[in-house]
Amino acid sequence: MSIRPEHELHQRRRGRNVGVGLMLAAFVVLVMALTYVKITQTDFELPPNQREVTQ
Amino acid sequence: MTDITNTPTTDYDAQLGDYFALLKPRVMSLVVFTALVGLLAAPVSVNPVVGFSAILFIAIGGGASGALNMWWDADIDQVMRRTRNRPIPAGRVQPGEAMVLGVALSGLSVMMLGLATNLLAAGMLLFTILFYAVFYTMWLKRLTPQNIVIGGAAGAFPPVIGWVAATGSFSVEAWLMFALIFMWTPPHFWALALFMRSDYDDAKVPMLTVTHGRPATRLHILVYTALLAALAIGTAFTAIGGIFYFAVALVLNAAFLLGAWRIWKRDEVMAEGDDYAEERKFFRLSLAYLFLHFGAILGEAALRAFGLGGW
Repeated sequence: MSIRPEHELHQRRRGRNVGVGLMLAAFVVLVMALTYVKITQTDFELPPNQREVTQ
Repeated sequence: MTDITNTPTTDYDAQLGDYFALLKPRVMSLVVFTALVGLLAAPVSVNPVVGFSAILFIAIGGGASGALNMWWDADIDQVMRRTRNRPIPAGRVQPGEAMVLGVALSGLSVMMLGLATNLLAAGMLLFTILFYAVFYTMWLKRLTPQNIVIGGAAGAFPPVIGWVAATGSFSVEAWLMFALIFMWTPPHFWALALFMRSDYDDAKVPMLTVTHGRPATRLHILVYTALLAALAIGTAFTAIGGIFYFAVALVLNAAFLLGAWRIWKRDEVMAEGDDYAEERKFFRLSLAYLFLHFGAILGEAALRAFGLGGW
């Protein structure tokens, strides 16, 4: 049996898959934004074992 | 060789909306709003990205516990008219899927809240999820008529989590907001149990209406409403209250007490005569009651930002 490029299941689940994809993308953006906020806060400090490397 | 055509298909594929329904969006709206008030009423400023993340992950944690509740309670939901169209009893989502979704979102929300804010807030969220999904759903709900009273604590934690996310510590004001929801929950659900009539009997859930009868439930509504009114008006004289909150609380509690009084004065014959009109009215008012009280606390916080509010 040949592999069909587009199965009927793909079409049925398209809405669901697109939705999950968008949510994952939004999650990535949120984590990036949180990271930016955290490292630009004035009280941000590197862990002690990483300080020497950067200094 | 295997390919996708060998995958068994069913008549219905759960859509994103079905999974979203597992998170109890209506309850989530209450969680979002009260947690937001807790976060904004706190006497510290929070970075908007951190604040947004905190509310989002508190909401996801609340939704996750809702999914776990629907997984465990699918047998009850199938019997009750109010809940039989939920995704699991309606056959749109498999119970196992709800369980996996609930556990996964619980882990994600607790971990992300801890990273975004602080470990105390994350610990509180984990405690809330366990309290609702395990202590209330798996144990209390089927065991005691006090299920609503004690289980109500789970719905009362979000403003405390919001406050702790902002400040990193507990305070009297946060616990006052907790107490407001805690005392509000029993009369809210007992009014619902009165006009849903046989639902809880059929599902064999030991609601007060089932174990102690309807007249006792009416009396309990009145007593809890009186205690709630004292607490709600008393909150006006604390750091999160003020003249504006006091005025709102006075009007709302007068109306709520009047509704509870009317429910207490009625019997089943009168209630059936008008299809539980007073009980339904009281239930609708209870929703507005909570939103407006927390709205007033938020209003006071906004006024304080402009040097107004308080006494």
